[in-house]
Amino acid sequence: MFLASRNFCCRGIRTCQLRTGLLSRSIKHSTSATMPFRHKNTRRIEGLDSNVWVEFTKVAADPSIVNLGQGLPDISPPSYVKEELAKAAAVDRLNQYTRGFGHPSLVKALSQVYEKVCGRKIDPLTDILVTVGAYGSLFSTIQALIEEGDEVIIIEPFYDCYEPMVKMAGAKPVFIPLRCKNDGNAASSADWVLDPAELANKFNSKTKAIILNTPHNPIGKVFTREELQVIADLCIKHDTLCISDEVYEWLVYKGNKHIKIAMLPGMWERTVTIGSAGKTYSVTGWKLGWSIGPEYLIKHLQVVHQNTLYTCPTPLQEALAQAFWTDFRRMDDPDCYFYSLSRELESKRDRMAQLLKEAGLKPVIPDGGYFMIVDVSTLNVDLSDTDEKQPYDYKFIKWMIASKKLSAIPLSAFCGPETKKQFEKYIRFCFIKKDSTLDAAEVILKNWNKQTG
Amino acid sequence: PHLKASNSLSHSLQAKMSRPVQARRLEGIDKNIWVEFVKLAATYSKVNLGQGFPDFPAPEFLTEAFSRALGGGNHMLHQYTRAFGHPPLVKVLAQFFEKLLGRDLDPMTNVMVTVGAYQALFCCFQALVDEGDEVIIIEPFFDCYEPMVKMAGGTPVFVPLRPNPPKDGKLMSSADWQLDPAELASKFSERTKAIVLNSPNNPLGKVFSREELGLIAELCVKHDVLCISDEVYEWLVYDGKQHVRIASLQGMWDRTVIIGSAGKTFSATGWKVGWVVGPDRLLKHLRTVHQNSVYHCATIAQEAVAQGFQRELMLYGKPESYFVQLPKELQQKRDWLVQSLDGVGMKPIIPEGTYFLVADISQFSESPAV
Repeated sequence: MFLASRNFCCRGIRTCQLRTGLLSRSIKHSTSATMPFRHKNTRRIEGLDSNVWVEFTKVAADPSIVNLGQGLPDISPPSYVKEELAKAAAVDRLNQYTRGFGHPSLVKALSQVYEKVCGRKIDPLTDILVTVGAYGSLFSTIQALIEEGDEVIIIEPFYDCYEPMVKMAGAKPVFIPLRCKNDGNAASSADWVLDPAELANKFNSKTKAIILNTPHNPIGKVFTREELQVIADLCIKHDTLCISDEVYEWLVYKGNKHIKIAMLPGMWERTVTIGSAGKTYSVTGWKLGWSIGPEYLIKHLQVVHQNTLYTCPTPLQEALAQAFWTDFRRMDDPDCYFYSLSRELESKRDRMAQLLKEAGLKPVIPDGGYFMIVDVSTLNVDLSDTDEKQPYDYKFIKWMIASKKLSAIPLSAFCGPETKKQFEKYIRFCFIKKDSTLDAAEVILKNWNKQTG
Repeated sequence: PHLKASNSLSHSLQAKMSRPVQARRLEGIDKNIWVEFVKLAATYSKVNLGQGFPDFPAPEFLTEAFSRALGGGNHMLHQYTRAFGHPPLVKVLAQFFEKLLGRDLDPMTNVMVTVGAYQALFCCFQALVDEGDEVIIIEPFFDCYEPMVKMAGGTPVFVPLRPNPPKDGKLMSSADWQLDPAELASKFSERTKAIVLNSPNNPLGKVFSREELGLIAELCVKHDVLCISDEVYEWLVYDGKQHVRIASLQGMWDRTVIIGSAGKTFSATGWKVGWVVGPDRLLKHLRTVHQNSVYHCATIAQEAVAQGFQRELMLYGKPESYFVQLPKELQQKRDWLVQSLDGVGMKPIIPEGTYFLVADISQFSESPAV
């Protein structure tokens, strides 16, 4: 017997849920094994169960595959970072709860680092929240500030979690694609731009926020001051928030500068800026991130946090704080890890680009971040015989994993439904990999054309 | 600051958003007892017996496991692990709980690791409680249940444990606090989605008996209601009492999510490693929430907790088991504290479990000495 659950949803009136409890009235004492189970997922997570990573990390888990897919370093974090964790874990009280909104020494260190970067006072207790990764910051920000009836502008391609998080908050994602300036001939991430008129059209009275990601994953675009100003003007004009995902903030390559939109006039008061220890220190497994912004916004993120997981792990926060102090002291020094990592990655970027070109692929050279997107259509690999309804890039990668033992991530995973066609000829490679991994990739790419399919 | 002239809405450059900024789901859940009392304790108290965490160290075998993981040269332990739980940890949790529940468990689908039991609770409510659902909460309750239910749009329905003091004037035990069966039954309606059970109970220390759990189970089955079973203090049970897992009762496995905590199990609250154990058809929804909220939990603590459990699996039931030693040690501390409080005229309620006790200060606060 089908148990219907009807919802009357009216704006501003509490929703009621009627269950036609036919089943529970007629069958009182059956065991759970025979009784149909009425408990399905809540509406907020309807349709949010699938996930590109679950699909592709499984496929690439085979150790014989050179994995340039998921964005995690296989290089070691710097030794002093690992040592700080060992030191922290040896202190008894650091294995117990710390301050919910962020371990005091960590929020203090973060405030110092970012005061220097931003040139403004940042209160460690009210302007900062420490979260479980930048992921947790995105979640806290969206849950705190976005709700049913809101629209949130998301720039495509986008880090995949933005869309489901916005939907889980009951809001509507409104997509706008980065478009290739030179009519499809994109040699650099800077060639991918927003059309200002198109962007302006996406803003309306329901727009609660725009999510900005700079440096950008997956393209590696570093938004210029002028580009940020266009966004800022619209935010101010429409009284919109800006959620600025800046996890790759230190990874910008020569000739580029990371600019914080929160520092543009009129923007501090409407921006939450998100950072990540995982990306800053190559410790993705520490899962620590932070949100920085004005107290009147951060306090709502703190409320979400105290009702979701309350505190983040203590020893990791202490170790991170110490690492930050180390680098804060040398922020004017080229040896600071924030800059040395960037230099290390720039040469990996260049090497990766060279190898891809030699294999006949068209990479888009990123100005920042540690991903590179590649146009694979130039190879003309015919996958029409695979009868899956998946986009070309998904099929290409599965073929590439099987036949070349090399993995990447399909770009259409980072797009809304309307633009999949536009992006399905691109795949994303991650290059924060040790030399031996890149060597292995080199072998595959050099031999690419020697094998048949 | 100069005003931007480019638009007719002329917002001041440093203006906050002019419309209500926070989401309605935050309504009424902004206050938090810990934020207030932790601050007070830090400012004023000489002896802090407030917030629930040990001031003695976590066991050596656990901290050593952490050091080994760090020193072992596997730097990939600093990178993402499997989102739904580090494989060594979910495997050993499955093995452990198979023993305890007497049923086969798949580590990949019947177990999920969370950021503390707190996040496990959050996943449960977000995955299973919709607007308009009622959730029964037994009072007194760990404070977060209520705001979490509200944040999920649910309606908390409270039912109190009621004291039945012993006639001989002896100190009460947490066992003397009971649910009234008729009162409990009256709380179940067609809108009831779940009941939150916390046994051993924080703050009273009550360890629900098999009979008491049977009562709750019967109602859950009758009304097709889920059970969110917070069992973080499962190992802290005194006087030879037994912690009974409601999921092992007839008809309950398929409708129960069991929540556990490494923080409480291994006296390492700052590691924030928790888990859920339950049927795939419920856990899959918790996985959806998890992958859309935090996605991964920190790797290295999971690795160390896995090793802690492996040790306990080998020593299960033996005197050297931490799960035997810790409750033994805490029982003594309990008795000592009970004695001290009784000695000054506070009336402690002797807890059957957990590391909390509640004291009646009604007469104490009226006494001239205060």
